[in-house]
Amino acid sequence: MAAASTASSPHPPIFALVGNPNCGKTTLFNALTGLKQKVGNYPGVTVERKEGEFFSQHGQRLRVLDLPGSYSLNARSPDEAVLRDVLLGRRSDTPRPDRIVCVLDATNLERNLYLVTQILELGIPMILALNMVDAAEAKGIRIDVAKLSERFGCPVVPMVANTKKGLIELKVAMSRPDAPLPKPFLDAIPIAIRGALVRCRETLAKDQVVGQTASLLEPLYLISDHDPSHYGIAQAHVAKIAQARDQLEREIPGWEDQLIAARYEVIHAACAGVLHRPEDAQRNFTDRLDSVLLHRVWGWLSLLLTLVGLFYLIFSAAEAPMSWIESAFNALGQKITGGVDPATGNAVAGWMADGDLRDLIVDGALAGVQGVLIFLPQILILFFFIGLMEDTGYMARIAFIMDRLMGKVGLNGKSFLPFLSSYACAVPGVMAARTIDNPKDRLITILIVPLASCSARLPVYLLLISALVPTTVVPTTFKAVTLVSLYVLGTVGAFGFAWLFKAKLIPGKPSPLILELPSYKRPSLINIMQQMRLRAWQFVRRAGTVILGLSILLWGALKYPRSEGTKAEQITHSAAGQLGQVIEPVIKPLGYDWKIGIGLIASFAAREVFVSTMSEIYSIEDDDEETHQKLRDQLKEAAWPDGRKVYTAPVCVGLMVFFVFAMQCLSTVAVVRRETGGWKWPLFQLGYMTGTAYLLALLVYQIGTRLGF
Amino acid sequence: MSTLASLSNGCCGRILALPTGIPAMTRLRELGLLPGTLVKLIRRAPLGDPLEISVRGSLLSLRKAEAEQISVEPV
Repeated sequence: MAAASTASSPHPPIFALVGNPNCGKTTLFNALTGLKQKVGNYPGVTVERKEGEFFSQHGQRLRVLDLPGSYSLNARSPDEAVLRDVLLGRRSDTPRPDRIVCVLDATNLERNLYLVTQILELGIPMILALNMVDAAEAKGIRIDVAKLSERFGCPVVPMVANTKKGLIELKVAMSRPDAPLPKPFLDAIPIAIRGALVRCRETLAKDQVVGQTASLLEPLYLISDHDPSHYGIAQAHVAKIAQARDQLEREIPGWEDQLIAARYEVIHAACAGVLHRPEDAQRNFTDRLDSVLLHRVWGWLSLLLTLVGLFYLIFSAAEAPMSWIESAFNALGQKITGGVDPATGNAVAGWMADGDLRDLIVDGALAGVQGVLIFLPQILILFFFIGLMEDTGYMARIAFIMDRLMGKVGLNGKSFLPFLSSYACAVPGVMAARTIDNPKDRLITILIVPLASCSARLPVYLLLISALVPTTVVPTTFKAVTLVSLYVLGTVGAFGFAWLFKAKLIPGKPSPLILELPSYKRPSLINIMQQMRLRAWQFVRRAGTVILGLSILLWGALKYPRSEGTKAEQITHSAAGQLGQVIEPVIKPLGYDWKIGIGLIASFAAREVFVSTMSEIYSIEDDDEETHQKLRDQLKEAAWPDGRKVYTAPVCVGLMVFFVFAMQCLSTVAVVRRETGGWKWPLFQLGYMTGTAYLLALLVYQIGTRLGF
Repeated sequence: MSTLASLSNGCCGRILALPTGIPAMTRLRELGLLPGTLVKLIRRAPLGDPLEISVRGSLLSLRKAEAEQISVEPV
């Protein structure tokens, strides 16, 4: 038996954590490393790179790399390509691991062993972490651990990662300075295919796709790459690899299927006398729960209840922290500028004297930071629930129930939750699209989710609805019907564009949905918290910098060049005000004057800014509840120089339609740039959404005016 | 001929053949759906599609479009 030693190597050994999706790999990673983790992205792709470290039983530092979960090394998505490339040592940014810990779901041993048969051939020492042995036991499944270890020639550690049972034993196994290589007889590649692969390697080596000394596995996994984006493979090599694949297919027709069958034969032989599964498993907890949650009546009802509860909590629970953030920033601004102490009524001096720098800090930077942080409560709550649903296994059921509906526009069930999240805020919606493994579906989902009317549109809708009706009190039914129509309009638009993009922009066959419905589990709070922390931090750091920069820019545009006079006059003469007047010819066909133009320009930072900008333009003192009332009256009185009213019904309705479709959110632009890895898609999104908004608002105004409204 | 999509809820079948050379079918094979494997159709989604099957102890979901291409022998 060959043995590899790392005792003399100067660098701490790197362990790779691999396994099927839903095998408990992330739970184990968190249990092993605690919070000592570094999380980033593999360069050029949105695949999370997680690394952590811990100390072995002998006090040696061990590095652990949590690789993406996959059923196979035959890559079908960029995640799986990353797994393949790291294990084959094809990535320049990540060293090839010294050891592998393969996590197995004991309740699904055979299928989990499929990946093991592939990894065994890599010639890297391996430890099998047999996870969820408690759930297997409950199902009546018995596994002879000693025999399994003997058959595969590597240590097998039975464990329950959720409760840390077996964690010490695994650490002990990982701490051994020497590690046996797995038994060679498990190499499942049939002789004929092996011979053909040798010839394939020669061809590919001649074309310099692989090195002369590459193992047979490199050509094997390159030609069985099913990832449509061919991530990790040089563009110039794709055609050569396809040629080699055709050559192999001619030599041995159906070789890929033969190889899969051969692996399952090896598994079958290895499991004989090791795995005992009861013939007819009694109905377990998952079956019983599914018969309710996937029922054709109760299933819908429980989904509806879950969603209503989710939204109720997002809006109600986020309200308090959002107002804390707001008042904290207001208080900080007060401290800097000084003012009247509300408690004593005395004037208090500020930290800074009046001036441009103070304005920049208070109105530019501070407002920008607040604009970022104000989203945090909603993002955290949403990701808590997404994490909860993912960890328990309900998320896969939602995709299962919704797949048919989403399939009508060419998406799949996994797009449902990101879309739904976007009714609260598009930012977590875009981030949640990471759960969609098909890159095209993911991109289309990201492109359409901001059409869902988010909570930031609500204040604008409410203002315009109240400006629309002549009475002082808006009838509740009118308000409700108009609001619902706007939400429906956005939803229909989103589905329409999804269909259009799927058909025209990114054509291709519908991606098949192959989804595992994992057994229901008790959620791990640590996993969920870790996920929330990560997402929040990513948002604040990456999106935050962009938003902060652009907010300061917008502040400058509303402030400079400086002029004397009232606030309204100052805004009129500012760069943004002048821009509003410059673009008046463009927005005039929509029935908007330059004041609305300024409001629109400002609202490209964030939609709700429209309301505060309009109040500033009409010089309304900030007086909380009365602001709305006063602003509404001002809008109703606003007139063109020739005396015609500005806010006619076609203008109000047109503006609402504009806000439904236009992309007016820097946070979303920033997060889309981050998630798609460049400016191409966020700019496209900005263009198509705002273009549609303009066209529809134009139609509403022109037709509405001709009809005499 | 019966296909996986034509099985009734709660019925079992033995896989006779799957098409070759289609990535989705390759992935299904890798998940353990091979000729000779016993599968059980657990249920259909509330709208009739996709299907939920049980194979080698795990629960999988696939669409009717794919299931129709898998021929089975009811048992």
